[in-house]
Amino acid sequence: MKTIPIQEAVGMIPEGACLMIGGFMACGTPEPLMDELVRQGKRGLTVIANDTAAPGVGIGKLVRAKLLRKVIVSHIGLNKETQEQMMAGQLEVELVPQGTLIERIRAGGSGLGGILTPTGVGTVVEKGKQKISVDGRDYLLETALHADFALVHALMSDYLGNLAYALTARNFNPVIAMAATTVIVTAEHIVPVGVIAPDNVITPAPLVDYVIAEG
Amino acid sequence: MDAQTLIAKRIALELRDGMLVNLGIGIPTLVANFVPPSIHVFFQSENGLIGTGPVAEPGMAQPRLTDAGGRPVTALPGACTFDSAMSFALIRGGHVDVTVLGGLQVDQGGLLANWMIPGKMVPGMGGAMDLVCGAKRVLVAMQHTAKGKSKIVKRVSLPLTSVRPVDLVVTELAVIAFPKGRATLLETAPGVTVRDVLAATEAELIVAENVSQMAV
Repeated sequence: MKTIPIQEAVGMIPEGACLMIGGFMACGTPEPLMDELVRQGKRGLTVIANDTAAPGVGIGKLVRAKLLRKVIVSHIGLNKETQEQMMAGQLEVELVPQGTLIERIRAGGSGLGGILTPTGVGTVVEKGKQKISVDGRDYLLETALHADFALVHALMSDYLGNLAYALTARNFNPVIAMAATTVIVTAEHIVPVGVIAPDNVITPAPLVDYVIAEG
Repeated sequence: MDAQTLIAKRIALELRDGMLVNLGIGIPTLVANFVPPSIHVFFQSENGLIGTGPVAEPGMAQPRLTDAGGRPVTALPGACTFDSAMSFALIRGGHVDVTVLGGLQVDQGGLLANWMIPGKMVPGMGGAMDLVCGAKRVLVAMQHTAKGKSKIVKRVSLPLTSVRPVDLVVTELAVIAFPKGRATLLETAPGVTVRDVLAATEAELIVAENVSQMAV
């Protein structure tokens, strides 16, 4: 793990990159990275995340700045700007059931080609997907997701990059930290090694590439 | 009593001590206000919390503790938090005893549509498809009609949430279950007759032998 200035971290992200971003309605989203992506004007991005938050908040900042080409998310209902850009044909939106989305990411980080889920069978979600019967029950084959970068927000990082999360700000964060080539973390607190007890480390340090201390 | 309160109170009667319960946004959220004091229920928020408490008092909001609608909530003693993979393993894996969801349409076989109106409203399914697929019991809390049209229909015309039928629908007029896959009127709201319910319902309703009044 290395600590780097935020300008440098975002500078590594090329236009058109695929990003996984933590957070659920912006709770647990690395806001400083959102702001810096907007400041550097990185365009044509694909974002994989739970939702696009609300207008001008969290991932909603990237939507408002029209930096996104495509989003793969479970919900856009609380961001009318995402819906407007989708209706205008400016933004491609792939809607995925939330449990399927997080499992596709988990599969991507776990060396699996995909997962079998009953969710979506017999609905519009099954369109174009392989259906597989196991012990008489139908499942959809949902393929693994990978990204170039995971943008993670943690409560604490120790000097090595071991991460701990706070309350419901955990959500997608530890799962996306497994599924991207490069993992960039904003942490509210940088703490000495040992402050996060081994049992409380949720993301092990070897997974983390860069940490940015907030504030 | 207004329609939403009536629905939430009746749904709350379905909860039992020790259950793990997931409430959707809208009317379902209100159910938490009417849990009988004699029982303890674990409420799950799909964003990674069991033990969800009421919305935080002014000045007491913790921005890292929210519900599935992004509102700052509280956590009750004994609460625990986890990531989204765990949260949906609980949901899909049959560990959630009851889910309460809103609805746009339910048909006479119990099929639910509650996540989009093509061309008009495309919010996304969020966790709804997983909840209907995996929860042990699926309860729908919704108004009986929308703009004068029955939401309990012969056949769902909107995109389905799941091919798994729901177990119970509670509206401000009636309680409807689906024994043998057929919509059956079990209870009417105070002051509402069976005839009123039938007149407000597009679906073919079987009327149970002894229709009772909602015990709200």
